[in-house]
Amino acid sequence: MVSTVKDPVLAVMSLSGGNDGLNTIIPYNNPHYRDYRQSLGIPEDQIIPITDQLGFHPALAPLKKYWDEGHLAIIQGIGYPNGSLSHFRSMDIWATCEPDELGLTGWLGSVIQDVDPNGENVLTGVNFGRGLPRSLAKEGVAVASVGDLGSYGLLTEIGAEAQRTEALDLFGRMYSPAIGQGAVDDYIRRTGIEALKGADILTTAPGMYKSEVEYASGAIGGYLRDMAQVHNAEFGTRVLFTTAPYNIFDTHANQAVGHANLLQDVAVNVDSFMTDIRQLGKSDNVTLFFYSEFGRRAMDNGSGTDHGTGGVAFVLGDHVKGGLYGEYPSLEPNKLEDGGNLQHNVDFRSVYTTLLDQWMGLDAKAIVGGNFEPVPFL
Amino acid sequence: MPDQEIALMAHLLRRAGYGASRDEIEARVAQGYDSVVKELLNPGDDPGIEEDLMYRAYPSYFDKAAIETGQTEWVYRMINNKYQLKEKMSLFWHTILCAGDNKVDNARTTAIQIDKFRDYGMGNFKEMLMMLSTDPAMLYYLDNIESHKTAVNENYGRELLELFSIGVGMDNEFNYTEDDVKACARAFTGWNLAPTIPVFPYGRTPFEFRFDPADHDYGEKTFLGETGNWDGGDIVNIICKQPATARFVARKLYDFFVADEPPVPSWRLSEPRDMAAIKALEKAYFDSGYEITAMLTVLFNSNFFKDEAVRFAKVKSPADVVIGTMRMVGDHLEPKPGLFFVAMEPKYMGLDLMNPPTVEGWHMGREWINSGSLIDRINFASSMLGNTELPGVRSIIDRLMALGDAPSSEQFLNGCLDLLGPMDLAQETRSQLTDHLDAGGALKHGNESEQSEFSRRAGETLQMIATTSEFQFG
Repeated sequence: MVSTVKDPVLAVMSLSGGNDGLNTIIPYNNPHYRDYRQSLGIPEDQIIPITDQLGFHPALAPLKKYWDEGHLAIIQGIGYPNGSLSHFRSMDIWATCEPDELGLTGWLGSVIQDVDPNGENVLTGVNFGRGLPRSLAKEGVAVASVGDLGSYGLLTEIGAEAQRTEALDLFGRMYSPAIGQGAVDDYIRRTGIEALKGADILTTAPGMYKSEVEYASGAIGGYLRDMAQVHNAEFGTRVLFTTAPYNIFDTHANQAVGHANLLQDVAVNVDSFMTDIRQLGKSDNVTLFFYSEFGRRAMDNGSGTDHGTGGVAFVLGDHVKGGLYGEYPSLEPNKLEDGGNLQHNVDFRSVYTTLLDQWMGLDAKAIVGGNFEPVPFL
Repeated sequence: MPDQEIALMAHLLRRAGYGASRDEIEARVAQGYDSVVKELLNPGDDPGIEEDLMYRAYPSYFDKAAIETGQTEWVYRMINNKYQLKEKMSLFWHTILCAGDNKVDNARTTAIQIDKFRDYGMGNFKEMLMMLSTDPAMLYYLDNIESHKTAVNENYGRELLELFSIGVGMDNEFNYTEDDVKACARAFTGWNLAPTIPVFPYGRTPFEFRFDPADHDYGEKTFLGETGNWDGGDIVNIICKQPATARFVARKLYDFFVADEPPVPSWRLSEPRDMAAIKALEKAYFDSGYEITAMLTVLFNSNFFKDEAVRFAKVKSPADVVIGTMRMVGDHLEPKPGLFFVAMEPKYMGLDLMNPPTVEGWHMGREWINSGSLIDRINFASSMLGNTELPGVRSIIDRLMALGDAPSSEQFLNGCLDLLGPMDLAQETRSQLTDHLDAGGALKHGNESEQSEFSRRAGETLQMIATTSEFQFG
């Protein structure tokens, strides 16, 4: 059903690099699992069972309570037809919903534009991290990109307040006219004005935030804490985005230790984020979606796993109907796609459709490029 | 000195290096464009900096325990290497042949790769690919060390084709198939590292390449239509003779030195911006037997490079912003404390040296700019150019004083723009700055207190120019 929550917020985290779905939600009773994962199989006594067939990787323990309370949806076998095994291509496909052509418009860029068609609020969409991820890119759409909320601002080196005010005033005048010196120049000017406005507002967020919740050190923890602060400040931000940087889920090698650390970093910090916004009394209008651009090869390579197709994604929030969605991809050898990949059975655009139609109250069809059956997790 | 020649020389030194002070630009104009290009294209074999001096001042650079040390040393070299094109080519290759210390986790090994880009960067592309295929940081980063005769890991084999040499496609066609990827990966099985030395108790030691014949797949492979018992060297040979490889290198050089091209994954469907220029570079690639310097010779002597339309039409990379500003203000031209903080700036602007976001590298051009990175770029450049203690800024102010006593705001602003570029501003932006200058009264520098005020206002004007959108282009 369509949500009636006022000003719903969509928080999205990309686990870039291709998370190993098979070792995230583990089919521990399936004998093929042990065959395929001779080096990387998780010992059965460490797996946290959620059904008689499936269990969490032990590092996901902090998320178990959300499963138990019924607010964690797990999308099994998520992907898209003819999955690309290239990170960049696949990330771009998830970002743009364009599996065949090269798209430049990000789905969340379209969301920001639909929510705020006249660009009245420069903080409708905020990215946590450096650079602008393609998911948020859209011509004419402003997105603030916050690497570190604590030290955000323009001309901060000018110590004297009066002098800085004067300089910022002059800056604003120099950047304001749209003078048609070319598309890139216009873009920079627009970005400058938006940065100026956004920075003025964003720098007030930490002062409004009182919280005892701790986040694990590292990039993901920092981004999710900044995300909680900006959400708490009620600037009208409706799209929050972050990326686990450096493609770190690309576990071709030494996966046993590396993957556990990555999942733990995600689980601990997602738990901190949810706990934080709940304690702040601001969790009611947030849904958090986290995903990876593909899963990994069913059979391990002795030390890690190569790029695969069907993967797993999660949706978490107070209005989310927890449970398993889609079907766990078959591990039968004759059901694996070429090279030994898990087949997808839920198109990621179906999940987007649910999030857009039923959570954000937007017309998903135009954004995801067609009719995709929603997944009923709301 | 003719303005045209100054403008062209400044363009050359910004693109084929990290810019120069006005004094150097004028000396180079006197030397002549062709002679300067020749000098840039023929660097010496020496390091181009006084390494003894650097290592004495910064002993940690010698044995880099942390990646930040490697980044700082690289920034020192970028600022000070007298062979500026050679230095810039190391960044060029790093943005394409991407390995990241976030995974390699061995700063010395990662930094040695950059040293090799500096050494091989203007040489033969085949030798570059052979170096890359035996480079420990790359073999580790793209998991070739986990690619075995019996269990092939495709990561390096795939990216070698997709991102390092051929590219997915050109002229609407695909350049290779998934079978080519598999054959390529098989040919590099056994290209591995020697057993690594434990970190404790002496710290990390650089990884070393070792070929393991027992782990190499000697079987027959068909790669890009050629069948044989190929090993990695054969694959590199076949790659280098592909028209798509010439296109790839040509387009990358054009993108980096002349004008922005879209990212590689779209090259199958998107035509080069200037096909004639690309064809000229492709011809130099084949005529010379894959020599990069031959391609650069064509490029820097071409009209498509000298064209006024391409000047200030590229968004500066974070390295151009940071290093270009340092060379302009004349700071850190010799070892001194504080370089670390300068060296972290490119990272804040989105260019984390030796830590590319993915193996695809950085999306460049306008994608360098977003509200976060723009704030960092403006804050950095304006704080440096507004610091009237720095020798380069001091020298600009001295030249401004030489314009005569009490120049008009227009003359004063023109002087600033000339000395920072020469660059120009949109008329509306100019008016904002001249209005601001006019509001501050006459620009006199007769007595000591007037000179001090003149310097302050010069610093303020340079600082505000550094915040403009025009300053983001180089």
